[in-house]
Amino acid sequence: MDRDHPTPTPGPSRGPSESALQVRRLLSRIGFYLFIVIVGAYFALPMLWLVFAPFDAHPTLAAAAPSAFTLGNFSDLLKNPNALRSLANSVVLAGATMVLVVAAAAPAAYALSRVRIPGRDLLLYVLLLFSSVVTGTAAMVPLFLLVFDLGLINTHVGVILVLAGGLMPAGIFILKDFVDSMPKSYEESARVFGASSFQILRDIVLPYARPGLAVIAVWVVVNVWSNFLIPFILIRDPGLMPAAVVVYNFYTEGGQADLRLLSSFGLLYSIPVVVMYLFVNRRYGFRFYGGIKG
Amino acid sequence: MNANRRLVRMTALLATAALVVTACSGSSSSPSASAPASSAGGNQPSSSPSGQPSSSPAGAPITLTIAANAVVGGKSDQEAAWITNYVIPTFEKQMAAQGENVTVKFNGTGVADEQYKAQLALDLKSGSGADVFDMDGIWIGEFAQANYIKPLNQILPAADSWDGWSQITPAVQANLSYQGQRYGISSGTDGRFLYFNKDVFAKAGLPADWAPTSWQDILTAAQAIKSKVPGVTPLQIDAGTAMGEATTAQGFLPLLVGTGVKLYDESTQKWQGNTTQIQDVLNFYKQVYTTGLGDPQIQLAAKGRDQSFLEFSQLKIGILAEGDYMWRGVINPTGGVNPMQNRSTEVGWTLMPAKTAGSGVNGQGFVSISGGGGRVLNPNTKNPKEAWALLSFMASKDAVLQYTNGQPQITQRNDVNSQILSSDPVLTFVATKVLPLTVYRPGFAVYPQVSQALQLASQEVFNGKSVSDAATEYNNTLVKLVGADHVASGG
Amino acid sequence: MSPRGAELPSPPRGASTPPEASATALQTRGAVAFLTPSLLLIGVFLVFPALWTLYLGITDYRLTGIQAAQPQVIGLDNYTSALGDPAFANSLWVTLLYVLGSAVVGQLGLGFALAWTFRRWRGPARNALEVLVITAWIIPSSVVAFLWIAFLDTHNGTLNAALGNADIPWLFSWPLLSIVVFNTWRGTAFSMLLCGGALNTLPPSHLETARLAGASSWQQLRDIVLPSIRGHILTNLLLISLWTFNDFTPYLITAGGPNFATDTLPVYIFRNALINFQLGYGAAISAILLVINLVIALVYLRLLRARS
Repeated sequence: MDRDHPTPTPGPSRGPSESALQVRRLLSRIGFYLFIVIVGAYFALPMLWLVFAPFDAHPTLAAAAPSAFTLGNFSDLLKNPNALRSLANSVVLAGATMVLVVAAAAPAAYALSRVRIPGRDLLLYVLLLFSSVVTGTAAMVPLFLLVFDLGLINTHVGVILVLAGGLMPAGIFILKDFVDSMPKSYEESARVFGASSFQILRDIVLPYARPGLAVIAVWVVVNVWSNFLIPFILIRDPGLMPAAVVVYNFYTEGGQADLRLLSSFGLLYSIPVVVMYLFVNRRYGFRFYGGIKG
Repeated sequence: MNANRRLVRMTALLATAALVVTACSGSSSSPSASAPASSAGGNQPSSSPSGQPSSSPAGAPITLTIAANAVVGGKSDQEAAWITNYVIPTFEKQMAAQGENVTVKFNGTGVADEQYKAQLALDLKSGSGADVFDMDGIWIGEFAQANYIKPLNQILPAADSWDGWSQITPAVQANLSYQGQRYGISSGTDGRFLYFNKDVFAKAGLPADWAPTSWQDILTAAQAIKSKVPGVTPLQIDAGTAMGEATTAQGFLPLLVGTGVKLYDESTQKWQGNTTQIQDVLNFYKQVYTTGLGDPQIQLAAKGRDQSFLEFSQLKIGILAEGDYMWRGVINPTGGVNPMQNRSTEVGWTLMPAKTAGSGVNGQGFVSISGGGGRVLNPNTKNPKEAWALLSFMASKDAVLQYTNGQPQITQRNDVNSQILSSDPVLTFVATKVLPLTVYRPGFAVYPQVSQALQLASQEVFNGKSVSDAATEYNNTLVKLVGADHVASGG
Repeated sequence: MSPRGAELPSPPRGASTPPEASATALQTRGAVAFLTPSLLLIGVFLVFPALWTLYLGITDYRLTGIQAAQPQVIGLDNYTSALGDPAFANSLWVTLLYVLGSAVVGQLGLGFALAWTFRRWRGPARNALEVLVITAWIIPSSVVAFLWIAFLDTHNGTLNAALGNADIPWLFSWPLLSIVVFNTWRGTAFSMLLCGGALNTLPPSHLETARLAGASSWQQLRDIVLPSIRGHILTNLLLISLWTFNDFTPYLITAGGPNFATDTLPVYIFRNALINFQLGYGAAISAILLVINLVIALVYLRLLRARS
């Protein structure tokens, strides 16, 4: 540092470094807004079709403002007695599977995180790979025969169990990371006060891993909501089919899509999950920094 | 490390126990001889072993199930509504009048054909499934080979003496037969021919009563449209793998039978391989799609066939090779997906010509390909007598008339056809002119794969491959599929 | 096993806990009880059908036809057919590009960027953007296909309209790019959620200290954030790569074309095996896919674990 040229002190002086800093801040601000606008447009524009087509009496494969605005597509949709019922079925399947997966994955993630089994990570990843095999069409016969022998064909329970089994490895995989990052001192302090493993799980691990629980809860619901294959091969009664299967009803006998019904059903189909996400977000929050409770 | 080792051991034990338990219960993977309750479509869990005689004792309540790829307010709504509103109540009443307590349930799924087929196969494989179910005629062969279905007269000998058989032409009966045995009752059939746009034709100086008698006539007309009416695709004939079976049924096979051969010849038991006839078809495709007479992009698009319908309805395609489904379900002003209000004046139709006059199969000058499905009886049914009563009722004259519900269409019964088709010119045309010259597709398990190879060849010739290369590649695939002894080549 | 009690000093954070102490923290019996429900589910409904399916890979089993009634074990024929097919190699290459572009770069990159941006941003604009991203993930595949066909249509597409009535045939001239952009749009939400959750486990005090010491955003990111959530990023990468590898949705938009330019492995399996219900062949190719994914996972592990 030169005696004759001391470092300028921060203050109201308009030195070159100060305005450079302001320019940089302005640029980064502009960059930020540009980023938001571009990303926003990127996500919003493709959805225009879903906004326009359901209200168009003659929708086409292009997104255009309705040439003939109508609500008739929705009333036509309701002529299918299963249209709304299927949404209720989807809610049942998604909700039950989510509860099952979260309830089973949380303790499993905790156990796997704390106990060193040799080859644990590899085993978990192999299970993950298996789950990709089992969710594919190639597994349709084994799955069907298995569920048939268990007497669970044409029941929601069968579907829920199969879906939960398939989603479990990934759920444990994700959750384990969150539990891994929890400091062990929390548990040890609790042990000192005589807490059982179950109490530790319930009062310390679960609250800490809440962001992880929220992530897998949403992920399970989204997966089950859009799963076509499993309910399709395991259920026969049309009144039990979820919306992911019923959406295929709206094609004609020649295999052509009836865009009026398809788009209106697509809209109705998407809304509940968005609502669910907002609900989970508000109540359980993905933004929770877990601390020790008193 | 002790505690961890113990943990590992116990976990492994638990996991193995789970696997063993499942493996033991999952051992019965072959279709069981015993039939579970026939109401497999209801909410009850299935799999009740039984060695019961073929019919329930008289007076006991019986439940029958119908399965079809149809839903009310969705796919094949017409059939679903007919089953729900007419078939079930009427049949139950008929049975009650005979002193039988019968309830009928309807399991309607509305999904893509292949998926419905998979569901059916899974049910039949496990010995369950609906008593009466819909099937596409082309599936009969593979289901029979897999022992999923049995000939009607093996399930119930009385089926052969049904009086309705005389009203269904043998060719249409054959659609639901395999190796000479009937497996079910046909529900109807269809035909393929050429549609053309009279507006576009007028602008191109072509006659409104156009009636081509050879492939060259088609190409000439397309060339006239190309030069005189810019912005319009002259000819659309399905091609490529994206359109799937539509390419084979609407495009390749009608052209092939126009060269004088069927895809599979029963007398020689050979499939058409790298023959001059196959090459002729490929040459036609090449000419259409590389000289601007057709739009190759539609053939490569995921929803290309839907797009072709849309464009024809918007007068942007001159000539379109399609089936009667186009008339009934697409450009129909009432309820069609791409309705054309003035279809009867704007749209013309004519028979698909053979390559040259008289060069078609059986020496025909005009050709067509037909498909269609029907209803089959489940060999696992616990009530064959009642199930057959239901099946034959659904194909009775009154029921079929009710099904058509004032909408002209080609049914399986000649008596109904002569009654209802008079008001619709196109369907009368199909029933009287097209069906007599039509050919059905070979119903073997391997057919879909052969069809795929044809689709691929049709696409390769306008993507740079030479006709002889594409034909050779097709031939090689075919040999792998059916064996060299069953391939005719060099034609 | 040492007795529980105050005599045991707390081990320093970060050091590996001696086995006795970990057994203290979670008794064996407790651990087994915790693992049982998931193991049961996984054993019965996952491992068993998966092994059965893999077994089908060495047979010529089909859903219909003679091979349904009398399947034969054909050994490795299915595998040699698949591996010897030039279309398989093309498919593998297309899939690798698809995964690299849309999952590794696209979803993870954009997802993390959004999670990082959302950290300290509140307000209606942020909520709206979040909902948009999530909705893109939620809309069912069959409907999403129509959305993107409409968006990328050559003559009437929304994108071309936004670019000033251009007539660019996206799906025909740049099909792979189109589906990469599509899948990024589709799956970013998951990475955003996971990275968001991961970022929320960071004690804000660390970042505060760094900020006060004059570290720029970029430096905080590089030196504190990324190292801490490295485990989560690895998990995310493994999952989204695996899922993208098995993603069938592009078929609904491009049907594997034009001319197999977007013929990813799931589309390949569908076209060659599943469309005709050749379940044995399909299972064999699925097994090959499994091995490929294992290799990719090992690559990731090597890349991310090596840096320490």
